[in-house]
Amino acid sequence: MTKNKNLTRLRRTMMFLSAQRPGLIKDAYIYGADSLLLDLEDAVAENQKDSARFSLYNALTTVDYRGTERIVRINALDTPHWEEDIRVAVAGGADGIRIAKCERKQDVITVCEKIEQAEEEFKKEPGSTLIMAALESPLAIINAYEICTTCPERMIGVAISGGDYRKSMGTKYYPDGNEIFAGRANMLIAARAAGVQCFDTVFTDLDDEEGLRRETQFIKEMGFDGKSLISPKQIKIVHEIFTPTEKEIRSAEKIVRAWRENESKGVGVFTVDGKMIDIAFIPGAERIIELAKASGVYEGDL
Amino acid sequence: MKNAVNREIPDELLVDGREVFQGSNYKDNTRYTKVAPSVKMRTAHIDSKVLPTIRDAIKAVGFKDGMTVSFHHHFRNGDYVVNMVMKEIVEMGFKDITIACSSLSSSHDLIADYIEDGTVIGLQTSGIRGKVGEAVSHGKLKTPAILRSHGGRVRAIEQGEVHIDVAFIGAPTADCLGNSSGKGGKSDCGVLAYADADARYADNVVIITDTLVDYPNMPASISQTDVDYVVVVDEIGNPKKIASEAARFSKDPRDLLMAEHCAKVMEATPYFKDGFSFQTGAGGPSLAVNRFLEPLLIKYGIKMSWICGGISAPSVDLLNKGLAECIVDTQDFDTVAVDSVHNNPKHFEISTSEYASPSNRSAFVNKLDYVILAALEIDTDFNVNVITGSDGVLRGAPGGHPDTAAGAKCCIVVTPLIRGRMATVCENVVTVTTPGECVDVLVTDYGIAVNPKRQDLLEALQKTKLPLKTVEELKDIAYSIVGTPDPLPFKERVVAIMEARDGTVLDVVREIDAIK
Amino acid sequence: MLLKKPAMAGTLESSDAQVTISPKEGGVDVEIKSSVMYQYGRQIEECVRETLKNLNVDNAYVKVVDQGALECTLKARVECAAFRSAEVDNGYPWGGAIK
Repeated sequence: MTKNKNLTRLRRTMMFLSAQRPGLIKDAYIYGADSLLLDLEDAVAENQKDSARFSLYNALTTVDYRGTERIVRINALDTPHWEEDIRVAVAGGADGIRIAKCERKQDVITVCEKIEQAEEEFKKEPGSTLIMAALESPLAIINAYEICTTCPERMIGVAISGGDYRKSMGTKYYPDGNEIFAGRANMLIAARAAGVQCFDTVFTDLDDEEGLRRETQFIKEMGFDGKSLISPKQIKIVHEIFTPTEKEIRSAEKIVRAWRENESKGVGVFTVDGKMIDIAFIPGAERIIELAKASGVYEGDL
Repeated sequence: MKNAVNREIPDELLVDGREVFQGSNYKDNTRYTKVAPSVKMRTAHIDSKVLPTIRDAIKAVGFKDGMTVSFHHHFRNGDYVVNMVMKEIVEMGFKDITIACSSLSSSHDLIADYIEDGTVIGLQTSGIRGKVGEAVSHGKLKTPAILRSHGGRVRAIEQGEVHIDVAFIGAPTADCLGNSSGKGGKSDCGVLAYADADARYADNVVIITDTLVDYPNMPASISQTDVDYVVVVDEIGNPKKIASEAARFSKDPRDLLMAEHCAKVMEATPYFKDGFSFQTGAGGPSLAVNRFLEPLLIKYGIKMSWICGGISAPSVDLLNKGLAECIVDTQDFDTVAVDSVHNNPKHFEISTSEYASPSNRSAFVNKLDYVILAALEIDTDFNVNVITGSDGVLRGAPGGHPDTAAGAKCCIVVTPLIRGRMATVCENVVTVTTPGECVDVLVTDYGIAVNPKRQDLLEALQKTKLPLKTVEELKDIAYSIVGTPDPLPFKERVVAIMEARDGTVLDVVREIDAIK
Repeated sequence: MLLKKPAMAGTLESSDAQVTISPKEGGVDVEIKSSVMYQYGRQIEECVRETLKNLNVDNAYVKVVDQGALECTLKARVECAAFRSAEVDNGYPWGGAIK
């Protein structure tokens, strides 16, 4: 299996939408989210699961999403729905599958096996369907590292799901985020240790722009790659916060240029503006350039 | 023959000096002689013009078969006056009536019955909806309806193309000699702009009010010098439907996306500097432009000199925040606008002639910098349709659309690319209500197109990161999503004439059957 | 595919279509109500017939109440109603009979 180049693509914003609602799925890409989460799980009533799949399949195969990533959230593994969900997502050519309520390594393995079968059944390139896991319980957080390191050829990363996590922790939403801090931190550490991406939960109060801004700033500082969203109006705020500053971009540019120059001469350690730079700085600097490009603020030629 | 927007106009309509549309400024700088009404003079002392009932007023003006009556639409969906008066006229046995109103709303379905039974044979209006639109589209009206912009209506009155025999003017307050105002009373609508031309040019003017106030009712929008009779009734309208609660910005993300792009388009154009003038429509994305303009005004430390048109809370808000110097107001859409025109000395009532007429020595629209407008359809020549729906039936209002588009330096049309399965950006609009030569920029949720005749604006916008596309590209995207529509099965018969604001024929609307 | 019972899919929301399919003899009958009947009525009927043909449904009475649905939505609703009518609820032929 060749490594899927989309594993590490930019995912600042992943926006949920019900796969069942025609008005939503027909063109949600116009709002500029990096990824769309086409939901077969909570947004779809139990007696409409079949209808949502037909709607999803036809959207995936006919709508031109103009490069926006399409990830399908499947129903949890303890439901009768997840296998058919995987079949339809793979057949429709979804970019990835989000495993709801993933708790352990075996869940990932189970899903991956089914995906493999589906890729064969529908003649898709093996490994073309990525996965990500939603962690929604204390057990999931404890098992985060083994989840992150399973099926690495497909594994995008993990996302914490605040609603169920808070419930299972016996707490509720607080604006300061203390109630979910341990979950976020443990998951983030596991994801970074495994070298996969890490996404924050949704922010549910659509009218509280300041709250969203505060929370996004906080998780960006923690080191998260992005955030799950429930409305297009949240996209701009999250993108703004994940957009590097002019100063950050200039500095990153200098580092990348200096690295390319020195690398060709076989020099591994050098200084930029008086600071010692080695290979460890390069992914971070490249990421800033990439973020700047995605945010439409990069004017340079790297 | 074909006109300047490529529409085939039947020769039989081109009589009595009526010409086809030949470009927006075909009549610029030409002269005409205004018509004058016949006026009943009053030399003797007079205590009161109040009559007990509408029927008495109809008798007093010497009403006859075949007359033309006029109304205004300041009471919007809450209007009782049109139905009240027409019911009386019909019950008195009069027939062959022509209604010449500034607009009709969904509250006027009753008129459809009078069209069907042949009592109403003519209709001239700037807006047509509901059952009246259906009746006309299905060929029930004896003569073709004439559709005009607000400015075009004033012009037609001043040039004598519409002769109003009796103007029935609903007024929130009036005194015993007819000094009338849009302010106060039970049915407060703020201003009486649309009724101004009717009062000046009708042979007979009847004020209908539900709030008779002490003489003199000053300042008056309609002067006693123009009024023959006053009738007091219980209610002239439903206040809740006249002025809605404070208009709020749309929360729809698609509206907001387009509104933000409109504001950014404005920011990138050369007229975006201290003292620019501005008008925006009342639709979701148009109104929401205000929200994105405010931070830009603050950022650049500039303000608008004046805001024009139909007014609602967002415009009042800019005035109160000192981000606009004044408002010139032709219609109030919400209670905030009504309150403001009562109380704010920088919020002025103007007449429709002052607002938009092409037949005076310059209207406010002629000095507009920006106008933001909606569209039901816009085609690859930038022609806009705001009158016929996807079923070919009349259901809209040109209103001030053609006037502001013609006058403004920069006319921005904002509309989603598709609505349901209808392509808003299309090959050919069903009916041209605003010629494409007046539209400069089209903002959609899928991208922004600049009219090729505005290379200057295109160059300015190319310096931004806004998603520019050609109008053909937008049309292609729309059709790729919805499929290419089959043509509407119109019949031969012309049921309505869409006049350009200068009175030439812009387009015709033909009969169509109802969808079964 | 053999239809067994009347079944419905879709809603009356804007941009959606509500499709009812019932078993019957003697070919496919399609009844359409649409706000965009003039421009898209022909294409709606074509889409319904083609979708059913792909599913090997030769006999059916189909009623469509269209609220301006895009073709991909309409097709999804027809497919869903047909499989519901045939009492099939998994192992769908994605990419096969479901084009």
